[in-house]
Amino acid sequence: MPLSTLNLSALMVSFLKSRLFYLLLPTLIVTLAFFLIPMVQLIIVGASGEEGAMAYLSFLTKPRHFESTVATVLLSALVTLAAVIISTISGIFLVRNQFWGRETLISLLTFPLAFPGVVVGFLIIMLAGRQGLIGGITKSLTGDKVVFAYSMAGLFLGYLYFSIPRVILTIMATAEKLDRSLEEAAKSLGASQWRVIRDVMLPALKPGLIASGAICFATSMGAFGTAFTLATNIDVIPMTIYTEFTLNANFAGAASLSIILGLITWLALFIARSLSGSTVAASG
Amino acid sequence: MARQKLYFYLQLAFTLLVSAFLIVPVVLSVMAGLTNNFFKGVESGFTFKWVIEVWDLYADTIFLSMFIAFACLVVTLLIGIPMAYVLAKTGGRSARMFEEIITLPVAIPGLAIALALIMTYGGFRDFRASWLFVLVGHVLYTLPFMVRSVLAVLSSINFTELEEGAASLGATFWQRFWHVIIPNARPGILAGALMVITLSIGEFNLTWMLHTPLTKTLPVGLADSYASMRLEVASAYTLVFFIMIIPLLIAMQIYSSDGRRTKKQAAAKKNAQQET
Repeated sequence: MPLSTLNLSALMVSFLKSRLFYLLLPTLIVTLAFFLIPMVQLIIVGASGEEGAMAYLSFLTKPRHFESTVATVLLSALVTLAAVIISTISGIFLVRNQFWGRETLISLLTFPLAFPGVVVGFLIIMLAGRQGLIGGITKSLTGDKVVFAYSMAGLFLGYLYFSIPRVILTIMATAEKLDRSLEEAAKSLGASQWRVIRDVMLPALKPGLIASGAICFATSMGAFGTAFTLATNIDVIPMTIYTEFTLNANFAGAASLSIILGLITWLALFIARSLSGSTVAASG
Repeated sequence: MARQKLYFYLQLAFTLLVSAFLIVPVVLSVMAGLTNNFFKGVESGFTFKWVIEVWDLYADTIFLSMFIAFACLVVTLLIGIPMAYVLAKTGGRSARMFEEIITLPVAIPGLAIALALIMTYGGFRDFRASWLFVLVGHVLYTLPFMVRSVLAVLSSINFTELEEGAASLGATFWQRFWHVIIPNARPGILAGALMVITLSIGEFNLTWMLHTPLTKTLPVGLADSYASMRLEVASAYTLVFFIMIIPLLIAMQIYSSDGRRTKKQAAAKKNAQQET
């Protein structure tokens, strides 16, 4: 046996005998029994249908799954783009300026962070639903009631709602670390405001922007509650999984699509974490 | 200079617009829950009848949510604090890998984890039908927040030195754990506890799949009422949810800004020490 392996196994044995191992044991058991084993079971079930392991490609081959994958990716990408742009403008503004009411404004912008997706969906109904604010205003102005809560636009608005607080927090944290003397230097060399933003600030903000964008994308891909409440006829992946499981009893299809979705969101969050060091992620 | 002012007000207006987008629907929903007939408007009069109706219909979901959140807190405290301690103590790659694994349930959509649990344990009828099944999901989802919060505090202080000091005075391991580690990790434990309770009360994606008609939590009831009740009842129910969750969120914000201040002070102290 090579020496390094011997050392390693000796280390393992001493660790197993140590107190630290017993402190770790409860979490180990819970994670193994209720997370790792069920996930393996999910992978097995995913390949147990008629088409076998090919079910894992259903998001490309099965028209219904393909359509919902395209719709979900497009929607999430659009929401990410919008949320990052909006949050960059407001985030930098809030970090750079001191004014009366600033703290309150920050609180207002971040406190919807913990709203569950179902509640966000309901808030969009309040805004753009059949008895919503926008419908009421447009009816009294033009006579036509504008209702779009239950469409792609409603989903977009809902996802934007739960994304802005997350993204703004990450961007503010990055913006606080910006070195202002670089901007001063660029300005003193005659750079215009726009060039300072483009050539100095945005490159420095880039890791934060990508990280927050990845968090936003992952949350949007996996969001279930909002789509569930708005009950649109657009099938986003989580809704497709849900209908496959409950209505069609297609367990293999639901399981394989879940695994694919989990891989996508995990990968996005992994990118975010390796860029920013920590994530402010929670379900949407 | 005038241009600077213009930029300032443009950005301020934009930011106010964004916060209006977030806040106006909340205000609308609260108003709808407290008016006689939302369709007719505020003129139809102010009432508590919808809130009372919600209480009659859904009080059990409110109590179950509080109960599960509390149970979830107890479990995450009991298993999460020792876990964070071990991770802080060992460090290195294996610790980071372990942290990555227990953080996975946050990175993977709740729907997928719920399906995995049902496909594995759905056959155990008594377990499937009890509130423990919902609790399992909540513990998986909230545990990483407790562990990371405690780990962050432990990593920022030199607890090994404190422990060695106590050990040299003859303190046993458990004495050290109780009287040195826990008190020093308290800010992290508190922040983690607030997070766990808030997330557990609001959890829907997992719970919707894991619940049975007898184990409905508040967010499950909310989804129910959004689909089948009149707007005023749904709004009043949402209002009840806000009343439960907003104090927790405010506590979390006050607490995290306090934490930032003490961290800054600690950093300043550290710098001063390095300079001398």
